[in-house]
Amino acid sequence: MIVDLIVWPTLAALLWVNRRRPLLWPLLALALLLLFNRVFTPGFFVLEIRDGRLYGTLVDVLNQGSKVMLLALGMTLVIATGGVDLSVGATMAIAGAVMARLADVSVPVALGGGLGVALLAGAWNGLLVSAFRIQPIIATLILMVAGRGVAQLVTDGQIINFEQPALVYLGNGALLGLPFTLALVLGMFVLTALLVRRTALGLFIEAIGDNETAARFTGLPARPVKFLVYVFAGLCAGLAGLVAASNIKSADANHIGLYLELDAILTVVVGGTALTGGRFQLAGSLVGALLIQTLGTTLYARNVGADVATVPKAIVILAVCLLQSPVLRAKLAGLRRRPPAAATKEGTV
Amino acid sequence: MSPKLTSLLLAAAGLCVAFGPSTTSLSAADKPVVGFSQIGAESAWRTANTDSIKGEAAKRGITLKFADAQQKQENQIKALRSFIAQDVDVIAFSPVVETGWEPVLREIKKAGIPVILTDRAVKVSDPSLYVTFVGSDFVEEGRRAGKWLVEKTKGQAVIAELVGTPGSAPAIDRKKGFEEAIAGQAGMKIIKSQSGDFTRAKGKEVMETFLKSPEGKSINVLYAHNDDMALGAIQAIEEAGLKPGTDIVIVSIDGVKGAFEAMVAGKLNCTVECNPLIGPQLFDLVADVVAGKTLPKRIAVEEGIYDQSQAAAALPSRQY
Repeated sequence: MIVDLIVWPTLAALLWVNRRRPLLWPLLALALLLLFNRVFTPGFFVLEIRDGRLYGTLVDVLNQGSKVMLLALGMTLVIATGGVDLSVGATMAIAGAVMARLADVSVPVALGGGLGVALLAGAWNGLLVSAFRIQPIIATLILMVAGRGVAQLVTDGQIINFEQPALVYLGNGALLGLPFTLALVLGMFVLTALLVRRTALGLFIEAIGDNETAARFTGLPARPVKFLVYVFAGLCAGLAGLVAASNIKSADANHIGLYLELDAILTVVVGGTALTGGRFQLAGSLVGALLIQTLGTTLYARNVGADVATVPKAIVILAVCLLQSPVLRAKLAGLRRRPPAAATKEGTV
Repeated sequence: MSPKLTSLLLAAAGLCVAFGPSTTSLSAADKPVVGFSQIGAESAWRTANTDSIKGEAAKRGITLKFADAQQKQENQIKALRSFIAQDVDVIAFSPVVETGWEPVLREIKKAGIPVILTDRAVKVSDPSLYVTFVGSDFVEEGRRAGKWLVEKTKGQAVIAELVGTPGSAPAIDRKKGFEEAIAGQAGMKIIKSQSGDFTRAKGKEVMETFLKSPEGKSINVLYAHNDDMALGAIQAIEEAGLKPGTDIVIVSIDGVKGAFEAMVAGKLNCTVECNPLIGPQLFDLVADVVAGKTLPKRIAVEEGIYDQSQAAAALPSRQY
């Protein structure tokens, strides 16, 4: 089938290109999961064209996964500075709520308003972390707890529906036959990658994450950079919130983005970025998000009951994390290379 | 509440205590003082529930001592003890969890105050610790959804089910009741059953996957454990190029406003009401208890079932 002709060579090429990079592990896990579905889950790889757009489970994975992918971009940079942002789920809810509230005014106002409050939320976090030096986990916990209340205030505790075509398009529309959200994610990814890899910003972030004091002594603007990454995480969360609200054509303040901060953190870690900060894998985070979404969709498609679905999910994630653990990898490499004496030597290198 | 009003109410309560006859012989002319401990304000349903109870008390001129437990059992136990101290005539509460109520209920019994449970039940060894339990019967709701479907589809249906949050009482009971109702029908089969967590987003996501499975094309009925999941699934069905309400018959539970709007638009076929507006019924029971009538241990809330033909007429009166 055509799908196979596209998916497998692409995956093989990606694996080959990344054979010596950290991206290999999440990619490998994703490839194995897809292979499992190709063989055992009928219908998973069926794609057809309906209403001028691609229609199938793989497309759903991309569309549903877009929210976590967007969150992951921001979260990666925050984690790279040695911080964490727990408030992104709540920020999504606020952004979605504000957009739905302003939907009747005009589309640009609704979009601008939603993204505006998300930027404010990010700036609030950034301020607490960089200016007041509150530990990131506490600083962002404040908004995580309070944010949903703010969103409830905005919506009066009701679910607000909207029908404006432009707003609905954001989460449901198609561009060149593919979900618009995919274009959004790719756009944001390219933008972020250019920002951190083509300027010194990425280097600054890694330096701050590795050793903030040392970075400051070398003259890096540690505080402004930290402030900026939280603002950026806020922006990403805002976009994700708009997509989430648009997806269901309503702002459900109680549930939009609920627990997604955990998925985002998980995604970043699965993607190969360490929670201790320092080097980060932007592309890895996207692959991680795809992996987690594919996993979720697989469980639905295979009719695994929701009460036990968390177990296979945990097993796969554990496997990926273990594969990335340098300690375990050294041990495995040692096992392959007998005699054991050589292994210890290998380990010290 | 203004301090003036508060002191007035306290004075009134004091009068009741000082001059009021003992609880059991309270004459009908006297207004009873009722203590009510609510779980919290976690959803629109709960808010409607609270408003109904407060509103009805105000309408009948009954003094209501209302305490919000913010989802914590210890807060509820504290509130119940304070009701004993204030010597209210009747205590009513929605227990946040099922167990751990024996000691405080014994204290209440010793004080001679009757207890009415609302919305959720408790597990106690001695059933005389409370007078009655008034609340929605989730099993019955599932059963009614199933029965309606048997009639509508004449016993021929390929069903996809969107289950509520795993382990929650409504999810377990609504599934059980529904399966009971369709058990005798050879032509009715649930081919897909997954949790949509009671939310629109998950309802949509799971329905998308259902429709794309190889058996997805044969699905002609959707049973959702609440309206929100059904509303999400409706979008997934539309995006698959099918007509919700026609190609796929949809029945759900709760009876929220959005469901009535969807029925008017022809996209939802039926909703079984899960009524939070128990205020009137609760205070009727309070009056019965005060009058010393014997009540059954389990009283169901008055709940309706609505299909498209009644939706337009009922929509304006929906409060939540």
